[in-house]
Amino acid sequence: MNHQEAAGSLVLIRPTPWSEREWFALLVRLVRRRTALFGLAVVVFVVGAALLAPLISPFDPLAQDITQRLRPPGWQDALGSVHPLGTDHLGRDILARSIYGARIALLVGCAAVAISGALGMAIGLVSGYFGGRIDDLFMRLADVQLAFPFILLAIAVIGVLGPSLQNIIVVIGVSSWVVYARVVRGEVLSLREREFVQAAIALGSRDGRVLVRHVLPNAFTPWLVVATLDMARVIVVESALSFLGLGVQPPTPTWGGMLADGRVYLTTAWWLATFPGLAILFTVLGINLLGDGLRDTLDPRLKL
Amino acid sequence: MKTFLIRRFLQSLLVLFGVSAIVFLILHLTGDPTLLLLPPDATAEEIARFRQVMGFNDPVVVQYVRFLRGAVQGNFGESLRHGEPALDLVVERLPATLELSAAALLIALCVAIPSGILSAVKRNTLLDYVSTVVALLGQSMPTFWLGIMLILVFSVQFNLFPSSGRGDLMHLVLPAITLGLFTTARITRLTRSGMLEVLGQDYIRTARAKGVGEPPVVWKHALKNASIPIVTIVGIELGTLLGGAVITETIFAWPGVGRLSVQAIYNRDFPVVQAAVFLLATTFVLVNLLVDVVYTYLDPRIRFR
Repeated sequence: MNHQEAAGSLVLIRPTPWSEREWFALLVRLVRRRTALFGLAVVVFVVGAALLAPLISPFDPLAQDITQRLRPPGWQDALGSVHPLGTDHLGRDILARSIYGARIALLVGCAAVAISGALGMAIGLVSGYFGGRIDDLFMRLADVQLAFPFILLAIAVIGVLGPSLQNIIVVIGVSSWVVYARVVRGEVLSLREREFVQAAIALGSRDGRVLVRHVLPNAFTPWLVVATLDMARVIVVESALSFLGLGVQPPTPTWGGMLADGRVYLTTAWWLATFPGLAILFTVLGINLLGDGLRDTLDPRLKL
Repeated sequence: MKTFLIRRFLQSLLVLFGVSAIVFLILHLTGDPTLLLLPPDATAEEIARFRQVMGFNDPVVVQYVRFLRGAVQGNFGESLRHGEPALDLVVERLPATLELSAAALLIALCVAIPSGILSAVKRNTLLDYVSTVVALLGQSMPTFWLGIMLILVFSVQFNLFPSSGRGDLMHLVLPAITLGLFTTARITRLTRSGMLEVLGQDYIRTARAKGVGEPPVVWKHALKNASIPIVTIVGIELGTLLGGAVITETIFAWPGVGRLSVQAIYNRDFPVVQAAVFLLATTFVLVNLLVDVVYTYLDPRIRFR
């Protein structure tokens, strides 16, 4: 901020070059942390794999070949093509299924985080800004929400509604708002007392405008950290639901579903259960490292 | 302190009230619980009679009050599959789940607190790096995959531990490690950061300056003050453990509430699901109330808030 003010006139006559913008400086600081850089690289890799799945996947993830079932990693079939991670109990290529599995994991992750993040942001803003009865109500609701063992509530609700992509996203999204709301609320409580917010109120801005224009942008950073770390959790939850058969239904490849299949063949074909699990571990680890890096860069005081 | 505890008790009651509302609503999510509770080949006449008997024609509020009255008396209806009271089935399985969760928590505390402290004291040494990396992996590993891998290595390959069922201590080892790993990782990280923060405080410097030896500084002066957030997280982690037990019990065929509820969902035996969700949530609320009581002894400031 300081150097911008010092060079105020310069800033006015030419647009700030991208190398001097705030987000770029943050990105540089983030990337300087080796673990965060590794996390970012993993996330880019997994997102890239999911987006480009049809181009990079060596096989059709749904193509069955019962004569080629349960082949070990590195198996070369009669046509000369190699299955690097082997085939499953229906002769489907495990690498291809793992790549396509990233699509469901990331889709559920992004969509559910978008829902719970928006919900939590809204509740946190309102709760922290208005306080009083509204605040009490939402915080008691948060206590109720936290009293449930999450997975059990999720499988109970999905058991009633029936498993589908949409239901999974909605159930995870609607029941994960508490962390966001609490963090945003805490931030708003202190922002509300700051001069620029008080000034906006004194100048006669409506509550909605104060919240959206002045409070929200400043509460965004901790929210982003929570969202990143929550994405990792949601991916694990999605794969757990799929593992229990309550996720996206077969034949769509999901990491959790592949693990459930592999569990049956554990004694004879270890690779079935091993690789999808590694895919989850790798992805979640990457997101966690990125989240930790974001927290340390943006808001080191944040305790999560 | 009395007012604090009374207020916390009333708050817990309020939370349980909310829990009951959500448990009640689970069955009404699709709008018509009849279709969930009756087999799909039920005739229209049977459905109408069932609806009448169960009181599903009444206004939802009336139904909820009836449900609440039943829940307070421990009556969640009968299991559709076993014909027994749903709550009895769940309560019967509760000791197994508590045993597993307690063992997991015990492992977590015994591993996490020493390694967290060592990590903080020997900061930036190989030991710290190893413990940090293990904690990170533990936090990123899905429970069910870890369980499967443990079975693969320790049951299938080396035949050291049984892979399923409940019995002697040997049966408990793999499920407890599986369930406890995530919690271990979390508490390790929390202990490390908490200790680092406390070790930088003035009173630690004072203690060192006046000649207190390093072990008492770490174990007495620092740990006592770093233990407060650890106690809080233990209460919260219990929720994680009870939830994680659902998956762990399924993998290891552990006869607890979690496995019962997953089977009940497959069988569409919803009274049992409701009773299980309610009982586990109640357990969680009560344990957290207990944690708050412990808390007031650890941190006297809270008593006067």
